[in-house]
Amino acid sequence: MTAKLQLVGIKKKLRGRQVLDGVDIDVAERRSLVIIGGSGQGKSVTLKCALGLMKPDSGQVLVDGADVTKMPEEIRARVMRKFGMLFQGGALFDSLSVWENIAFRLINADNVKRGEARERAIEVMRKVRLAPEFADVRPIELSGGMQKRAGLARAIIAKPDILFFDEPTTGLDPITADAINDLIVEMVKELGCAAVSITHDMPSARKIADEIAMLHNGKIVWRGPAASIDSSGNAMVDQFVAGRADGPIQAVV
Amino acid sequence: MINPFAPIGRGFLGMLAEIGRFSAFVGRTVAAAVSPPIFFGQLLRQVMQIGYFSLPVVGVTAVFIGAALALNIYVGGARFNAEQFVPNIVVLGITRELGPVLAGLMLAGRVSAGIAAEIGTMRVTEQIDAMTTLSTDPFKYLVAPRVLAATLTLPVLVLVADIIGVMGGYLVAVNSLDFNGAAYLRNTFDFMEPQDVGLGLIKAAVFGFIIASVGAYQGYRSNGGALGVGRATTNAVVVAIVLILAVNYLITAFFVE
Repeated sequence: MTAKLQLVGIKKKLRGRQVLDGVDIDVAERRSLVIIGGSGQGKSVTLKCALGLMKPDSGQVLVDGADVTKMPEEIRARVMRKFGMLFQGGALFDSLSVWENIAFRLINADNVKRGEARERAIEVMRKVRLAPEFADVRPIELSGGMQKRAGLARAIIAKPDILFFDEPTTGLDPITADAINDLIVEMVKELGCAAVSITHDMPSARKIADEIAMLHNGKIVWRGPAASIDSSGNAMVDQFVAGRADGPIQAVV
Repeated sequence: MINPFAPIGRGFLGMLAEIGRFSAFVGRTVAAAVSPPIFFGQLLRQVMQIGYFSLPVVGVTAVFIGAALALNIYVGGARFNAEQFVPNIVVLGITRELGPVLAGLMLAGRVSAGIAAEIGTMRVTEQIDAMTTLSTDPFKYLVAPRVLAATLTLPVLVLVADIIGVMGGYLVAVNSLDFNGAAYLRNTFDFMEPQDVGLGLIKAAVFGFIIASVGAYQGYRSNGGALGVGRATTNAVVVAIVLILAVNYLITAFFVE
């Protein structure tokens, strides 16, 4: 199966520290890859390099086989239109209402009229089970779970080919987290897109992943089907999944 | 052995790097401001925010400065029996120097800090990254409208400050210094030349550009949570004030010479 998104040998140094040291991952259409790993292991930097928010020192980011790191800005911007992203804290714009947040791309990048954009935003709000009566409120008035739903609605409104999720369940109670996981699975299936998520929440990883990859010290140390995570044969994965302090991974405290 | 010149050299290189980064930021801002798409809604919102809502603070500053200026010139002029020059020097001082500089300094506090705090918060809460993933250039949507709005509205604010400042001088001169109102105004208008006001307006446009671009630059580059945003806000005010005073001298020297 052709990879929708492929990262090849991505290296990135930040403040003198080698955060990514040759990361290789790929994800095919209609597949969901979850990258797990401890704090400070380079998960967010991997995602930022894939999204074009950070330029890798070396390596390739291939979208449908084309290397976006070598593209002129205009063409790269066009390729990035295939992306949708749910940020960890929601990253909703404080100064705009919920529906304006969700329809931001339609109004400002796709030149959709405000009336039509609002209708489409409310339609997507229903999809992510966010009641339309919240359309005109400010994001600050929403609960954490609702903010995630609004962020998800904003990520999917333009029907992206590749969806990215940064710690989608962080800060949520277990029931709300599970509801968000269900939504992610449902939306990825419905859109037929590829999905890349980063998390250290194992229940979330098990639920939304077809495949899981573990990032440690800037490298992918294991990758396999989500169902085989408990029998990976990798001591670091076993330690991470079990949540033990003792093992090959030193806890950072 | 510790080289005592090393910290000086490091500081100098750091300053050059900062100037380079700021120049690149300004270049990108100007390119964003003059190429489509232009976000007119954002521009209008910023004109209101930066221009209209700054009117009270600029007006109050101008009236008191005009009044104090009239009193000081009266005292100084009395030493040479030249009290009659109060209206002339008030209008000259206000239009060429105090109107634009004081409006610029007030807006460095109000607007530059506000822009740095707003954009800085958006940076640390990933809202700017989110905007990029939504196929919208933050330079076009956030930075360019603020810089354009400040550059366009500060001359209007300074024009208002000029009028109010002169009126401040008039009120003190007529009510406390026994000047004849009609004569004071006639002297003011006879003495004032278009280039006096023009110089002030040119300064105002440049100060507006400095205020918004410094605030946006500091906010855009902020990191490290609330502490980083606080630092960006402080830096924005300090750098904007220093630049305004330095550029004010350069513009004045250029036009006087």
